[in-house]
Amino acid sequence: MSDARGLTSWLTTTDHKRIGLLYFWTALAFFLIGGIEALFIRVQLAQPNGQVVSAETYNQLFTMHGTTMIFLALMPLGASFFNYMVPLQIGARDVAFPRLNAFSYWVFLFGGLLLNASWFVGPLFHAGMLNVAPDGGWFGYANLTERQYSPGPNIDFWVLGLQILGISSLAAGFNFIVTILNMRAPGMKMMRLPTFTWMTLVTQFLIITAFPVITVGLAFLMFDRFFGTHFYVREAGATPILWQHLFWLFGHPEVYILILPAMGVVSDVLPTFSRKPLFGYPVVVYSGVLIGLMSWGVWSHHMFAVGLGPIADSVFAATTMLIAVPTGVKIFNWIATLWGGDIRGTTALHFAVGFIAMFIIGGLSGVTHASPPADLQQTDTYYVVAHIHYVFFGGTIFGLFAGVYYWWPKMTGRLLDETLGKVHFWLQFIGMNLAFFPMHLIGLLGMPRRVYTYAPELGVGALNLVSTIGAFLIALSILIFLVNLWHSRTHGQPAPNDPWGGATLEWSVSSPPPVYNFSVIPTVTSRLPRWSTERHGPMRDPPAAPPEPIHVPGGSWWPMVAAFGLPVLALAPLTQTLWVAFVGAALLIAGVYAWAFQPFEV
Amino acid sequence: MSRYRLGLIAAALGVTGCAGPFPQSTLAPGSDYGWAIDHLFTDIFWWAAGVFVVVEALLVVALIRFRHREGRPAPKPTHGHTVMEIAWTLAPAVILVFVAVPTVRTIFATAGEAPADALKVDVIGHQWWWEFRYRELGLVTANELHVPLGRAVQLSITSADVIHAFWAPPLGGKRDAIPGHVNRIAFRAERVGDYTGQCAEFCGASHANMRLRVVVDSDSDFGHWATVQLAGPAAPAAGTVAERGKAVFARSACIGCHTIQGVSPGVIGPNLTHVGSRTTIASGLFPNDSAHLASWIADAPALKPGSLMTRLKPPLTDADIAALVAYLASLK
Repeated sequence: MSDARGLTSWLTTTDHKRIGLLYFWTALAFFLIGGIEALFIRVQLAQPNGQVVSAETYNQLFTMHGTTMIFLALMPLGASFFNYMVPLQIGARDVAFPRLNAFSYWVFLFGGLLLNASWFVGPLFHAGMLNVAPDGGWFGYANLTERQYSPGPNIDFWVLGLQILGISSLAAGFNFIVTILNMRAPGMKMMRLPTFTWMTLVTQFLIITAFPVITVGLAFLMFDRFFGTHFYVREAGATPILWQHLFWLFGHPEVYILILPAMGVVSDVLPTFSRKPLFGYPVVVYSGVLIGLMSWGVWSHHMFAVGLGPIADSVFAATTMLIAVPTGVKIFNWIATLWGGDIRGTTALHFAVGFIAMFIIGGLSGVTHASPPADLQQTDTYYVVAHIHYVFFGGTIFGLFAGVYYWWPKMTGRLLDETLGKVHFWLQFIGMNLAFFPMHLIGLLGMPRRVYTYAPELGVGALNLVSTIGAFLIALSILIFLVNLWHSRTHGQPAPNDPWGGATLEWSVSSPPPVYNFSVIPTVTSRLPRWSTERHGPMRDPPAAPPEPIHVPGGSWWPMVAAFGLPVLALAPLTQTLWVAFVGAALLIAGVYAWAFQPFEV
Repeated sequence: MSRYRLGLIAAALGVTGCAGPFPQSTLAPGSDYGWAIDHLFTDIFWWAAGVFVVVEALLVVALIRFRHREGRPAPKPTHGHTVMEIAWTLAPAVILVFVAVPTVRTIFATAGEAPADALKVDVIGHQWWWEFRYRELGLVTANELHVPLGRAVQLSITSADVIHAFWAPPLGGKRDAIPGHVNRIAFRAERVGDYTGQCAEFCGASHANMRLRVVVDSDSDFGHWATVQLAGPAAPAAGTVAERGKAVFARSACIGCHTIQGVSPGVIGPNLTHVGSRTTIASGLFPNDSAHLASWIADAPALKPGSLMTRLKPPLTDADIAALVAYLASLK
């Protein structure tokens, strides 16, 4: 990383490694916020007729929990690794567009802050604190989210916040596609890319194709709310089902946007700690691409209760079941990677294996609601809450934690404590199963989701209490993780270039890497460049000092200034003040203009 | 097969100290529609359970058998195996055929078609209560759906405002209530009894409080119930508190939203012509007794957040409320 220290160097940075760390810390903060929201939810539901929060507060809590975890925690945690690791894994000095990369980060930060500011700014809208946060669910179904049924600024914050976050994801998506396709080191053919980079590439293609769909859906909703159009208004001849099609046409690819990066991490971690190449690398890559393509053909399985008719239901049932095939193939290949290996039980491996074990459960419960008639008893109940948490918590979060324990030494130069790490893993593993497994039963016994209270007669009080206890165990495990991070800052064992014996290029440079990454751009001759294979010995790591000076672009304030224009623009409709829109637009245009004409300097 | 699964679940529940009777359970069907789904789910459940055991066992065996030991020679750098790849692509595909075929069969069997003599009921979701209109009988009621045992029933489900979902789990799967659309479900109830259900699609502040009851009556009980519901409202005797309550009703804002046949024509809220015959108020939230009725009339939003039945201005006196309660209770 750049030797420059101090706040300015971080605010103006265009170094992909620093931006990766900014993403990490910001996403971690939002993850904690989303987790605290989850704890409030679990406390409220610990017993029937809970009185801890009001119905209105509860609806804001579950909406913000979902929105925060998906858009502000899991996606950016993935982005943290895209940023830090992809250029290192492909042998590049940085991403293709470093300033656009900084812009993506700042837009994400400001969008997240705008969304979360809604908790506190009630008084500005003649309402109390904790009254104007979004409350229409992370899925924001029209026509409930129309002005007629949601008159307050709550949904406005949600619509505008998501629009801003979409810009961040799109900018990053294009950046990483160009980076991966064009910035590869000599010899780094596509079929030599590390699996994590491959899954990143598939994810970015899903982002640049899925986010325009929700952008359109949100623009319609925004126009309905602010300008009196009728895109989802039944009385004007439209149908609110349009929103569901647009939302899930985005929403299902989004599921894979969240899970594919974690699958990529696991595909990198397992070979390293089994001392064996990934079993069936081409199959794992192609199945990832296939999952990405197929994710476009399954959206209506979120809508079986809508009543699209038996033909549509049958078709979407079939496509949904088909997607289980490439997913199953990945799982078998991971197990085959472990099979015959020399497995070292590091914390990273624990989390990677935890991912497989839990994702299997999430995948199988997914098959039970790929069947529309069965789904009609499951959808909108806690059974589905259990399913998505086995996929996103057991899957994505375990996979990302595998990445944290695997790459932390590379990112900070310090190893995390393995004992604390394993305590973290086991607590989290037990906690998540206590929290989420009973939800299958709670749902089958008839408790719908998104309810702030339930009747004692349902008989699900004890199961809910168990679930709440599990949630607090998860919270404890996260605290231990934070202690581990803190502890490693000063007491962590200094990390060598390659603490694990990894095969990929990021392990050939120092930990953390120098600002220019590679003193000499490596030439790649195999899929596992740092391991010896049948035909090649291990590559020689680049020299510690560059043989000739390396040009590194300097920092810039302008990406941040341009990004700041977007939340200001959002304030205009929120406050119904026209001149604010001009200020926001001016900041955005001036920022982009100045950034475009600012020369790169050494 | 279903019995084994119920056994498993009962065991799991035993651990957590739960006991039945689980009135909203999807696992104890009370209609042909409910059973069709249950059979399908049971099949899929066992396939899933089998796959779970095999795959998790493979994972655990791999972890134990190939854990790091000192002196173990370096693993063979296997890159893949085409035959195995084909095998574990085909295996799940074949299993999915066994899931897909009964799925499609059940989709078409449960598409909401009903014989011509089926009892047809329009179900209309409102924020946050249910309206039931018996088309042939010309009968309108709220929140408690009565159906006859053994006779085909077809529900035509829609909404007056936002999207809701009608769900009475023992009788079968849910369907969304969508403004401008009609969804149909059909079932034949198999057991006399009281079933509970509730709205399953998030519909705003009191989504959790949008509950319902389905009462399966014997044929004669259903006929009796329908006759009572079709009759005009009870007229309170002169000089009683109930009669004063009727006067309070007729001069208050109540009439703007509620129908009582011959008294008021409001259609925003539930029809109250026979409200006294229902077992619960506020869409299944509270028992229909005078204490709950009184506090509901005094301040509905306090009991049901967001309720459109606002506090009256000026508020009713306690005496007025007591009279109203007496009147409403008399509307059997």
